[in-house]
Amino acid sequence: MTEEYVEIDLSLPSMKVVSNLCKGCGLCIEHCPKDCIEFTDKFNELGYKYAKYSGEGCTGCGICFYACPEPGAIIVYKKVREKK
Amino acid sequence: MKAAVLEKPKAFYDKFERKGKTQQETTHYCPGCGHGNLHKIITEALSEFGVDDRSIIVSPVGCSVFAYYYFDTGNIQAAHGRAPAVATGLKRSNPESIVISYQGDGDLAAIGGDEILQAANRGENMTVIFVNNAIYGMTGGQMAPTTLVGQKTTTSPYGRKIENEGYPIRMSEIIATLEAPVYVERTALVDFKTINHTKRAIRKAIKNQIDKKGFSFVEVLAPCPTGWKITPVDSQKWIQQHMMPYFPVQAFKDVSDQRESMEIEQRDYSDQEVLDVLGLSQLGEKKQVPASFIENFPTQFMKIAGFGGQGVLSAGVVMAACAMNENLEVTWIPSYGPEMRGGTANCSVILSNSRIGSPLTTNPNVLIVMNGPSLDAFEDDVQPNGLIIVNTSIVDRRVKRDDVDVLYIPLTEIASGLGLTAAANMVCLGAYLEYTKLIDYKSLFEIVPLAIKKKHLVDTNLKAIKEGVKYIRENYSR
Repeated sequence: MTEEYVEIDLSLPSMKVVSNLCKGCGLCIEHCPKDCIEFTDKFNELGYKYAKYSGEGCTGCGICFYACPEPGAIIVYKKVREKK
Repeated sequence: MKAAVLEKPKAFYDKFERKGKTQQETTHYCPGCGHGNLHKIITEALSEFGVDDRSIIVSPVGCSVFAYYYFDTGNIQAAHGRAPAVATGLKRSNPESIVISYQGDGDLAAIGGDEILQAANRGENMTVIFVNNAIYGMTGGQMAPTTLVGQKTTTSPYGRKIENEGYPIRMSEIIATLEAPVYVERTALVDFKTINHTKRAIRKAIKNQIDKKGFSFVEVLAPCPTGWKITPVDSQKWIQQHMMPYFPVQAFKDVSDQRESMEIEQRDYSDQEVLDVLGLSQLGEKKQVPASFIENFPTQFMKIAGFGGQGVLSAGVVMAACAMNENLEVTWIPSYGPEMRGGTANCSVILSNSRIGSPLTTNPNVLIVMNGPSLDAFEDDVQPNGLIIVNTSIVDRRVKRDDVDVLYIPLTEIASGLGLTAAANMVCLGAYLEYTKLIDYKSLFEIVPLAIKKKHLVDTNLKAIKEGVKYIRENYSR
């Protein structure tokens, strides 16, 4: 799993759907074990009703990232693991 | 707050500029298409192994024809089904590169069926990723070799029928029966478990190549919601319900632990080695020929025709080699027209002082006929004032035309007198050169020992040339 470290102002763990890169296939919603991703009613620039994070419940498992066929549509943020 | 982030792998381009002016951050694939997931898995693996800078992805024909939009690696796009052949060339010429042949089921299992088998059987040190979605996606959902029995496509509107189209091909199983491949596994893209399985399989297939273990093949059952005309979520369920029972998701072969790393010997061959291999070591320096000889040489459009076995084709080869040795431009081409069915053969030879455009001699100025049918076939084509050499041992008629020069020589009888009827062709070449004086007939003596494979017959052939010369001196001196 590619892990980079970024500064972010979010409660962790968390995920983000880049709305204009989402094609509305619904696979992230289908596979999220915590059911914390949902469709919006709005259309994005590509003309799809896109998915978004409901705001709570994300465990940072990354399943949605690999379920999503788009390279850059989903970003997952996790807590930095403490190195012993 | 510091966070670990899981995002677009580094081996993707930041922007997909090759895609066009707009939508440079999304793929061209349909919503829910498995190609995107696989691209992610591959790029992630390449980045993690640190080999993205020396990787080459070969894209096929199919929806993934544009894979080179996305991978920030070396890219090449192959003709339909030929990705394994292209990948072979890339790997052989750049042994340190990591070559991935990325192919769909129409590309790999149909038109490229033999390319993949041969590459696998050679055990090429490459990684093949076979995306099986049981349909031709790019062209609009036609039946593929992998289409399931009963599956409706635009070309099987009532469903695939066994009696009509046979059973779907299981490529992984076929390839696993071959001795050379080190790793063959089928995976799927339907849920977290199978996606993880695919990740592991692709990593292993790439790692095998990095370790120079040999040929690795991963078949991935991937959804094509558009081609199947169902939603992305339903298409994953369709794979589970319909594809996975027929295409079992499992490893079929994995001997990577038992195989040693292997490398193909890379070496340059010196000119001398090449000459040794070809048996031409005795050939000395390039012959010095007077410029006036080249300048004044009249182009010879030769046609040599006769029965198979009369040495028609080899006479052409020897004549061309002889002229080449004199620094002339030459071509030789055997002709397999319908008359070949009657057991006859002919060849076209051109000898010229300048470069030759076409090797065909439709209208020869030298016609050598070893048998009757050849005279019938080509007599009318000879240029006016051309030369016809007739083998009177076999041809029982005279030349009808009166605007050509004719030599009547019992070629086969002369050769037979030497104990080798097959040397009639050499008798003929000796006669031709002695009569025309275009090249000294002794030049043939330099070529014949090299051109004749049965070395114990060289002397007889040299005698045959001399007999041809003698016949001309006695009968056609001018």
